[in-house]
Amino acid sequence: MKKHFAFIIAALTASSVLTGCGGDTRSSDSSDESGRTAAVRFLNFKPEIATAYEEIVKTYKEETGNTVIVETAANNTYEQTLSAKMATSEAPAIFQINGPRGYSNWRDYCADLTGTELYQHLTDKNSALSFDGKCYGIPYTVEGYGIIYNKEITDKYFALDSKSVPFESMEDIDNFEKLKALVEDMQSNKDALGIKGVFASTSLKPGDDWRWQTHLANIPIYYEFKNNNVDLSSDATNEITFEYGDNFKNIFDLYINNSTVDRKMLGSKITDESMAEFALGECAMVQNGNWAWSQINGISGNTVTAENIKYLPIYTGIPGEEDQGLCIGTENFLCINSQADETVQKGAADFLFWLYSSESGKNYVTNSLGFIAPFDTFSDAEKPDDPLTREVLEWSADTKKNNIPWNFTLFPSQTFKEDFGAALLQYAQGSTDWDSVKNTVVSSWKTESEHLE
Amino acid sequence: MKKYFPLFVLPTLLAFAMAFVIPFIMGIYLSFNKFTTVENAKWTGFDNYIRVFGNSDFINALWFTVLFTAVSVITVNVFAFLIALALTKALRGTNIFRTIFFMPNLIGGIVLGYIWNLIINGVLSYFGVDISYSAKYGFWGLVILTNWQLIGYMMVIYIAGLQNIPKDLNEAAEIDGATTGQALRHVTIPMLMPSVTICTFLTLTNSFKLFDQNLALTAGAPARKTAMLALDIYNTFYGRAGWQGVGQAKAVIFFIIVAMIAFVQLKFTGGKEVES
Repeated sequence: MKKHFAFIIAALTASSVLTGCGGDTRSSDSSDESGRTAAVRFLNFKPEIATAYEEIVKTYKEETGNTVIVETAANNTYEQTLSAKMATSEAPAIFQINGPRGYSNWRDYCADLTGTELYQHLTDKNSALSFDGKCYGIPYTVEGYGIIYNKEITDKYFALDSKSVPFESMEDIDNFEKLKALVEDMQSNKDALGIKGVFASTSLKPGDDWRWQTHLANIPIYYEFKNNNVDLSSDATNEITFEYGDNFKNIFDLYINNSTVDRKMLGSKITDESMAEFALGECAMVQNGNWAWSQINGISGNTVTAENIKYLPIYTGIPGEEDQGLCIGTENFLCINSQADETVQKGAADFLFWLYSSESGKNYVTNSLGFIAPFDTFSDAEKPDDPLTREVLEWSADTKKNNIPWNFTLFPSQTFKEDFGAALLQYAQGSTDWDSVKNTVVSSWKTESEHLE
Repeated sequence: MKKYFPLFVLPTLLAFAMAFVIPFIMGIYLSFNKFTTVENAKWTGFDNYIRVFGNSDFINALWFTVLFTAVSVITVNVFAFLIALALTKALRGTNIFRTIFFMPNLIGGIVLGYIWNLIINGVLSYFGVDISYSAKYGFWGLVILTNWQLIGYMMVIYIAGLQNIPKDLNEAAEIDGATTGQALRHVTIPMLMPSVTICTFLTLTNSFKLFDQNLALTAGAPARKTAMLALDIYNTFYGRAGWQGVGQAKAVIFFIIVAMIAFVQLKFTGGKEVES
């Protein structure tokens, strides 16, 4: 009995070692056995549009006879799902990464897309994720963020007798000084306006602080790189001085001091709550991007109408910011799995090109997915019509405004963002001062950059 | 016996090997590699293990976990034992109370974490702060949560143990003139040692491995000060590009620590068990 048992254990262990080693050879073998891995799998990043993708692949099947399987990662679990799926025989052929940092993690799996038709039709080739002249990731949408405000509430404010600022409409607000004066006066009139505060709560719960440690932080970092003429593809980005840190503090203080909740209570607030406060008319402004419209519109009891939702650039008190626009860019890059069969890779590229060039595909992109697709296959008329996306399009078409690109794709790591977010929380709670936030940003950026390869 | 071995044991053994042994061996192997997925591992030797101690995160998490475990093992077992004692007395409604005390154990960790997050923040809001304000709040929040969740389960084990103690032992002690306290110390507790062994083992390992509750209650705030080992491993895995191997190395160290502590504890409390 004992002998048999030992034998079986030994056999099991041995077989596990064998299967463990066998993994390396399998991927190269599988190109002949086309039957098993022939399906093109697409790992979708956005749960909110999963059903739209289901319809798309159905139409694709009807029109071309080819099968694409869409799988969706649950909210905030894309990296985990991708890591797990990549190691299986059902690895996605199409996946997405978030920029240069995502590329350094997934470079073994990113196929060269320079020759694909989709890349040829990309309007701005510079926006692609390219290294040494080869493209590895194609942006599939452009998004924009800023301060979203509810015009109904601001109009109500401008009509108040008790207002003590000279501005007549939101058009008069074109720098931080004016914004501050406006916001502080609105806050003191909050009861007359029927709001709890001007800004929605600054969600600082770990995991929900990306609007500040990533999006808002983009602005000072953008100006620092720009004004020092830093070459963004060089190692010069490995160290920062957080030169415009005080500008970050300006707007951050404004957010947390004129809000619906006390600044000490922000550590448990999540983004969804902020959006709900805005949708219910409890506040007048919230910092977020065009993806938030479906969220605002979907909250039951939403009082914000499509024609009253507008954008204001995030002013921070930087000289010359009167011409500043929104932060417009992308962190969504499509990649094709280089480890998949040739035929699957080809099938993946064909599907993507169909989606962004055929009549039915484009119709889905514009109307179901709501993407501002950055390809020349789209005419001006083929743009999504949700109010925030329309606003982003208007801002990006306005040649007098300098829109800020998304430089946060250069932030060294998730750990840096978490460090920054944690420091902001402690600052908001009053347990540290601003200097220590600045130190954290500078030192964490440096150490995290050292971990990059 | 031999004839039926494949029929009865093999399915379980295979399942155990597939779901536990193989991933475990792969996990140890991966801790010596740099990898993005389990298939593209590159051997790097002890590099990952050196990087584990490159910053203080792991040590801080270890210290926090040890402190938390020490406090919760004591509080959970003391309260569970006292409640079990009360509910084995001939009182009305003991069955209802047993059910009620056991119920928290049926709720999942993430849900519990969010519920307690709301409760604790609700209380702390009277003082104008919330749970992320200080690591102390997070620590005691976790202790309360763990107590609330585990006490019911341990209570059931203690009740079973108490009911197994032969009545004549206590009666004999009473006739010999032992006070209630003496009977408890010299009869009940020694007889209950098998239950104590299993309960301390369960609370010890559960507290050490706590993850869902930690993630939902504090998520490490403020500044990773309330991140326990499991959460720290998770954060390491996804925090930096190319650091999956370091997370894996931390997980291996974590396994060794848990195994060692559990082994020592079983030896220690197991040695105190008596035969009736």
